[in-house]
Amino acid sequence: MSPPRLIPFESRQPRNYAAPSPLSIRGLSVAYDDKPAVWDLDYDAPDRGLIAVIGPNGAGKSTMIKAMLGLVPALAGDVRIFGSKLRQARRRIAYIPQRTSVDWDFPASAEDVVAMGLYGEIGWCRPVRRRHRDAARDYLDRVGMADFAGRQIGQLSGGQQQRVFLARALAQKADLYLMDEPFAGVDAATERAIVNVMRGVRDAGATVLCVHHDLQTVADYFDHALILNVRAIAQGTVKDVLTEDVLQRAYGGRLAETEIRAIARSA
Amino acid sequence: MTAADFLSIDLPAILVAVLSATSCGLLGNFLVLRRQALIGDAISHVALPGIVAGFLIAGTIATLPLMLGAMAAAVVAAGLIEIIRRAGRLESGAAMGVVFTTMFAIGIVLLEQTGAANAHIDAEHALYGNLESTLWLGVTGWDDALTWDALSQLPRQLITLAGVTIAIAATITAFYKELKVSTFDPGLAASLGLPVKTISTALIIVVALAAVAAFEAVGSILVIAMFICPAATARMLTDSLSRQLWLSVLVATIAGVGGYVLAAFGPQLWGDADSLSAAGMIAVVAGLLQTAAMIAAPRYGILSRAIRRRTGRLDLPA
Amino acid sequence: MSEELYAVLTFQAGYNTSIVLAGVIALGIGGGVIGVFSFLRKRALISDAISHATLPGIAIAFLIGIALGGTGRNLALLMAGAATTGVLGVLCVQWIRDYTRLPEDTAIGTVLSVFFGLGIVLLSHIQALEAAGQAGLNSFLLGSTAALTAGEAQLIGGASLLTILIALLLLKEFGAVAFDEGFAAAQGWRIARLDLAMIGLLLAIVAIGLKTVGLVLIIALVIIPPASARFWTEKLGRLVALSGLFGGLAGWTGGSLSALLPDMPAGAVIVLAAATIFAFSLMFAPRRGVIGWAVRRLKMRLRAASVRGLLAMADGYLPPDGLSYHVIRLRGYIDGDARITESGRRAAAEMRRQDRLWQTYRTRHPDAALAFNPLSGLRIEDVLSADIIAALEGPAR
Repeated sequence: MSPPRLIPFESRQPRNYAAPSPLSIRGLSVAYDDKPAVWDLDYDAPDRGLIAVIGPNGAGKSTMIKAMLGLVPALAGDVRIFGSKLRQARRRIAYIPQRTSVDWDFPASAEDVVAMGLYGEIGWCRPVRRRHRDAARDYLDRVGMADFAGRQIGQLSGGQQQRVFLARALAQKADLYLMDEPFAGVDAATERAIVNVMRGVRDAGATVLCVHHDLQTVADYFDHALILNVRAIAQGTVKDVLTEDVLQRAYGGRLAETEIRAIARSA
Repeated sequence: MTAADFLSIDLPAILVAVLSATSCGLLGNFLVLRRQALIGDAISHVALPGIVAGFLIAGTIATLPLMLGAMAAAVVAAGLIEIIRRAGRLESGAAMGVVFTTMFAIGIVLLEQTGAANAHIDAEHALYGNLESTLWLGVTGWDDALTWDALSQLPRQLITLAGVTIAIAATITAFYKELKVSTFDPGLAASLGLPVKTISTALIIVVALAAVAAFEAVGSILVIAMFICPAATARMLTDSLSRQLWLSVLVATIAGVGGYVLAAFGPQLWGDADSLSAAGMIAVVAGLLQTAAMIAAPRYGILSRAIRRRTGRLDLPA
Repeated sequence: MSEELYAVLTFQAGYNTSIVLAGVIALGIGGGVIGVFSFLRKRALISDAISHATLPGIAIAFLIGIALGGTGRNLALLMAGAATTGVLGVLCVQWIRDYTRLPEDTAIGTVLSVFFGLGIVLLSHIQALEAAGQAGLNSFLLGSTAALTAGEAQLIGGASLLTILIALLLLKEFGAVAFDEGFAAAQGWRIARLDLAMIGLLLAIVAIGLKTVGLVLIIALVIIPPASARFWTEKLGRLVALSGLFGGLAGWTGGSLSALLPDMPAGAVIVLAAATIFAFSLMFAPRRGVIGWAVRRLKMRLRAASVRGLLAMADGYLPPDGLSYHVIRLRGYIDGDARITESGRRAAAEMRRQDRLWQTYRTRHPDAALAFNPLSGLRIEDVLSADIIAALEGPAR
């Protein structure tokens, strides 16, 4: 008697959404040299979610985002953004990189940087016109930075720089926002501004995926979470995911028992 | 000095100097901002093997094959640097150093072994250029300078350079936005759907074009100086990219005219009849302008920063 | 020809040739040894600024020599001049980098082109003087061994050996600065001073080698050997030794060839010899070489594909993508009819067991499990002891 036939892998997680998920990852593996940074990750982002990607240092959070955007090569895996390949979906994504990866001495003002978010819309070879500059100012206004439009970006404080980048992401009018630790090293006002903007775009119908470090605030700021430690440890609503068991598995000895319990209770 | 002398000897040399300086200086802005200032150095050094190879393949010292050879060498060098940097995981400076010295050495060996050295190609010329030999022969005075007959005899390098300069200025104007965003934030540029790698490659090719066009007249060292000094000077003076581009053109022009005049007429001031190397003097003037900017620029100059520190106004962001 | 080459290579081609060759070998070793430090500091091209900045110094020294009533062609005087403006050039690079907003590569480019421009202006002045010595100065651009006298070769060799000696004495300190600036500072060492010493040695080698190799190509002598050696080793001591060896080898073969073929500029031949060593290292070095890397990357892809394929099969699915399907199919784990074979069933079950054990291990020992690497090809039995595995097989504590 011969064994039964194997069935196609795609049927493992049947996808029958009415609309394709903003972000759906299948079997993503990334390795630096011969060490895996992300291993066999499957993930489906909920539509209109505010999603925190959390996990200990070296868990592959930034790597995951970079691999999704094709900034680092993946070993294997398939990433779909609203059902299409990255190439076709590029214009629907806005990415806020880590602050350290930017040349802050570049000769550009806050307004220039925000206007860059409009370049895709303006198109090749066409100049930036008055109305684009006005639009850029509006976006700066939405993050409370209208007064600093003419300032060279290097002369802004860390929080202000982060807000300029947020305004730029807004200008891209994306459907999926990818943020790499936007809260790192910012002041309280900026943190509030970022949260408000994230909620605003979520309410307008977009999805936000955000690498986040501060476990204490996950439950306040986000409604979904993906917990990563090279592999996906857990994914779902914050309430379901932030449990003692999951945190123990993701962080183990790196978080005190009491801390884990407090975070789990906050969710 | 007669009008005919000026028109036939000095004017073409000055124009060639200014056009070389402008085309290289404009592109230099992007090289400096991309931390690729030394790619200009590498490219202008590999022009020598390119020219020799062009000569060996075409068998003549006609301009076109030599320029094509130099262009090809520049593109090969840029590609090799990138390959060695990635495949060998070497720092880009080391990769550049390996590639351009090796190619320069190949050029010299080819030159010596194939007899190309006897055909008016020599390495020293490649380094210093020969600005003084750019002559406008068909002109006798201001009156006939604008006649068709005289204009048709304008030196060939001058016409080539004028074309290249216009092409470069037009390209930068057309792709200003794309160059700006891919220089500042390649990640954003990619997410806007711009082909970041193609833009970088295209920039290198245009840099090679400018280097090769200028190289013949002014030599590789002046090419390097013009890629870097005007842009660096402008960088000290402003925080706006478009203003920086204009300023770099201005600095390049001043250096070109000033350097030539000093070299050609300076020695007469202290009673020396012979003139000095114009290409070298232009580089020196460009260096002096940059030094002045580094010291005395209104906001970023060393003096004004020292003064601000002393008067207690901190040099920190608000 | 080959006999003559053999004679030169084995130092049997006359006293003068042998002395010159020995000098060039010493220079090559010196360049290799000293180049390691600026290479590790990721400042390889600082030597480019130094070498170009020597030209005005050479010209000035020549003018001084003439003013003092000589021919101006005294090698020691010219070297001193070269070193003086070389130092100035380095100081300018550091000043621009530290006190203005311009980055180091721009600083290097500025210094090398402006100093060289000044050198050219001075040379054009010398040419106009018609002091009949200008040909001697031109050899500094491209170098020549033909024009080297035995005395000059001895000077070059001796000075090279001296710089090598100093570099070896400071090996530990230089290594620490290049590897970890913070650590070196914590040791109480003055980083700036060590950096300056490092650059001083670099400058010495450049000044020494100028006449032989020429100022355009001398930088190859301090960049290519360390870059080649880096492919073969991760240890500083070996890196220095290997780099010196490569430099010496390049000097030996290049110097011999150019002694034989008077038209061949020595610098170019030496650089090509060094470049050959580099190309060989780039391709064939086992760990960091291109071929080794490509093979490892391919193996890793295949292993990852096989792991993913087997895990999918253990759950009753086909391998998830084309590559893993082909790998699994080639191993005979499935037949052409999408049915799992007996060996496939066993392999899939074993992979599932391995994966489950690793996951359990991760869950119970999250910190230790960072070592977990499904791509290493190791089985859990290779890594953990039998009793730990037995405990993992059992229920949670």
